[in-house]
Amino acid sequence: MASRNPARPLSPHLQIYKWGPHMLVSILHRATGSGMATVGSLLLVWWLAAIASGEQAYATFVDVFTTDTGGLNILGYVIGIGLTWSLLQHMMTGIRHLVMDTGAGFELKRNRMGARATILASTLLTVAFWLYMGMK
Amino acid sequence: MGSGTPVGRVRGLGSAKHGTQHWWQQRLTAGANIFLMAWLMVAVARMPAYDYASVHLWLQSSWAAIPMALLILSVFYHFRLGLQVVIEDYMHGESRVVTMILLNLFTFTLGGIALFAILKVAFSGAPA
Repeated sequence: MASRNPARPLSPHLQIYKWGPHMLVSILHRATGSGMATVGSLLLVWWLAAIASGEQAYATFVDVFTTDTGGLNILGYVIGIGLTWSLLQHMMTGIRHLVMDTGAGFELKRNRMGARATILASTLLTVAFWLYMGMK
Repeated sequence: MGSGTPVGRVRGLGSAKHGTQHWWQQRLTAGANIFLMAWLMVAVARMPAYDYASVHLWLQSSWAAIPMALLILSVFYHFRLGLQVVIEDYMHGESRVVTMILLNLFTFTLGGIALFAILKVAFSGAPA
């Protein structure tokens, strides 16, 4: 903030704390949420608008993410897998937040376990989703 | 809370006069989003094909158009509330006001396009 006097001490901030899984999933919740709200929503609306606009517009959308043979290109995989994992990670940390809203799961051990579980669950579900898509 | 007149404390609305509205609606839409996004993932995964004709036919069905419209409403409201918190954390002064207005424009413009697109496809089919 502009009005801060630089001579005054600051309260302890991020750099003095030892990183733990709870800090990682906390910032991941914000990062994945912000990413989906911007990139994700734009792509979802582009997809819907392309379906509504007709064959030509839909082909333009598909072309950006696929190769000539019909498979996904690098951008398609990065965006596809990235959004899938973002959604699932945000969903898992979101469920964790709903549990913590009830006052449960604040004990050190259980809290750390819950944080780790969100990453494990989102990664496994992402792999499962893309294996299913790959085997279609 | 804890300050102000007794009647103000009972109402519990705080200085923004919104009380727990933002917090509570963020949770309500979060709960709805779990079901709506799970539906979308399963629906997309189970589509027979992803060419124009198949996808258009899929969105034409009320079974797809209605949950998709509800998803847009719930998800867009949820991310509007979420990005508001992000903006409040990182932006200050004038730029915060400007960003907040841009956020509303972004949400309503995209949401409007999405809902119109869904309805256009849903109403374009031959009456079944």
